[in-house]
Amino acid sequence: MVEATGSSPNTAPATGGAVRRLMRATEVDTRLLGMVGALAILWIGFHIMSDGLFLTPRNLWNLSVQTSSVAIMATGMVLVIVARHIDLSVGSLMAFVGMIMGTVQVNLLPQLVGFDFPLTWVITLLIGMALGAAIGAFQGYIIAYLGIPAFIVTLGGLLVWRGAAWWVASGQTIAPLDSTFRIVGGAPNTSIGATASWIVAALACVGIVLGILGGRRQRRKFNFPLRPIWAEIVLGAIGIAAVLGGVGIANSYGWPKGLVRQYAQANNIPEPDFIATGIAVPVLIALVVAIVMTFLSTRTRFGRYVFAIGGNPEAAELGGIATRWVTLKIFVLMGILVTISASIQTARLNAATNALGTLQELYVIAAAVIGGASFAGGIGTVPGAILGALVMQSLQSGMVLMGIDAPLQNIVIGSVLVLAVGLDTLYRRQSD
Amino acid sequence: MADQQSPLVEMRNISVAFGGVHAVEDVTINLFPGEVVGLVGGNGAGKSTLMKVLSGAYSRDAGKILIDGKEVTIENPRDAKALGIETIYQTLALADNVDAAANVFLGRELLTRWNTLDDVAMEAAARQVIGRLNPSFKNFKTPVHSLSGGQRQAVAIGRAIHFNARVLIMDEPTAALGPAETAQVTDLVKKLSDEGIGIFLISHELRDVFDLSDRISVMKNSRLVGTVFKKDVDEDDVLGMIIGGKHPGVPEALTSGAALATEAAATA
Repeated sequence: MVEATGSSPNTAPATGGAVRRLMRATEVDTRLLGMVGALAILWIGFHIMSDGLFLTPRNLWNLSVQTSSVAIMATGMVLVIVARHIDLSVGSLMAFVGMIMGTVQVNLLPQLVGFDFPLTWVITLLIGMALGAAIGAFQGYIIAYLGIPAFIVTLGGLLVWRGAAWWVASGQTIAPLDSTFRIVGGAPNTSIGATASWIVAALACVGIVLGILGGRRQRRKFNFPLRPIWAEIVLGAIGIAAVLGGVGIANSYGWPKGLVRQYAQANNIPEPDFIATGIAVPVLIALVVAIVMTFLSTRTRFGRYVFAIGGNPEAAELGGIATRWVTLKIFVLMGILVTISASIQTARLNAATNALGTLQELYVIAAAVIGGASFAGGIGTVPGAILGALVMQSLQSGMVLMGIDAPLQNIVIGSVLVLAVGLDTLYRRQSD
Repeated sequence: MADQQSPLVEMRNISVAFGGVHAVEDVTINLFPGEVVGLVGGNGAGKSTLMKVLSGAYSRDAGKILIDGKEVTIENPRDAKALGIETIYQTLALADNVDAAANVFLGRELLTRWNTLDDVAMEAAARQVIGRLNPSFKNFKTPVHSLSGGQRQAVAIGRAIHFNARVLIMDEPTAALGPAETAQVTDLVKKLSDEGIGIFLISHELRDVFDLSDRISVMKNSRLVGTVFKKDVDEDDVLGMIIGGKHPGVPEALTSGAALATEAAATA
């Protein structure tokens, strides 16, 4: 996968041409690059076949919002799978946590502190997080300390939490939700707008540059070989271009006409032609989650241990890792991520229902697996899982735009899942 | 020579059973600083199980472990490592999907001041310790599953010696190695014991055991046949102990510190 650095005098002959030299010098993960390529082909294909509907600011903005919930959970699922476990309960857990959060903000808090209490959303989120973490810890404890396989425990969880979600309000839908809480759902008029989006973009660009410089300084301190300057510049330029391009697209999508009219009337101003939406709040949350989870999995002891356990559980234990404690923490993390996704989806629906998240566990697992997570353990990346979620959502969205019936959509998505994993298996067999 | 010198390690009356099967029964052995004790016996004699009790991988059903004369609790590998007991397992026990440096520091990662992994510093240290064992080792960025048997062994040994071990358990350390690498390991064992590290060496190669050990403990059918000074026996005597469970009738070498000190003085 990642090429050996210049530490070894490069043994491969320099016949690979410019592309291969670029890949080696930049140490790019070729697998991830392949996925980006596949996604590009998918997008262009859908754009052509939907008569130019796919690659529009509107569709891409919607795609980003729809992807965020599954992407957030996939970043946790990838760690679960890397550690040789599985979590089938995320969809049901989402419904249960969603129902509890709905009840808290609609029925409980208004009675205690009245409607429009400014901290309703904070209290709701904190209770939701605590509940998600507690249930994750409970399942993780059974898996790690009692030694019952994760498949069984979370299969039980899939039934239990779905039933519990019904029980919370006897199957009733809870609506409407707190107006501040609804911001996390991601409507155009609650997105962060053009200026803030550019600020986020600027911060991201600074982050990319600092990351590259920091890496060089650290390697120079120990006299390790450095990547060639031109490779660093290419990498940085690609990263910055992607950030600016993404934000540019988000900013070129304007509020729908109806919302603009409402806004103008409410503020008593002439109706503007265009109000840029900018980055949607759930997308912003997903980006933060992505950064945090990437950091956790690659830069911390916890992440290192998750991968070591997945590679060889016995060796990890002999190496002095508290493997059971780490396993429990993985499921706690998963529970918290499920809560974040549950907040986004209930806020988006403006309702909590006991059917929320039905079949989501399968989409989340599929995203992680398409993104390169291996059930054999020890292999998987957070960016891969997010790309996997994007591939799944792109397929669905593209087929809707093409007017393909739902049953056929399922057939296509199922086939793509198997095909993607098949190709990946072939690729690994070759590169080993 | 301090005649009150106490053993670095004492394992007293250790028993381990898996279900109804007794893997180790009432075995007592000890180890002094700077000493190499060869632990030999047929397959399934219980050598590895006994050592895994010391390294924290298995829990014992009876008996006690003393370090420096004080009883200690070893319930998991972390406890053993905290006491300075390092182990090179027969299976090497490497995390196959991470690189050499990550394996050397597995469970004891170096951190930056922001509590993040200091991969560069770990790589630098790993280069040093592995380079000592295998100067031609270059693949510091590849997962260890793609390394050769000798390179993997170097990683496992590097992990055991990097943290200033006091006790080193080597379970068949040369099984996967060619002649040149075996010689390197042999040199290393001598050097480490000169530095005062106590070494338990499990090996099927009687020649290695005779070459390196000060004393030899023989196990058969989960029990200790006896412990002998190397200078008192030849390979045939030890083979007789391994195969026939027959003590050669030389002085028992499972000694107190005082007797060993006298012994050392006599041979010096």
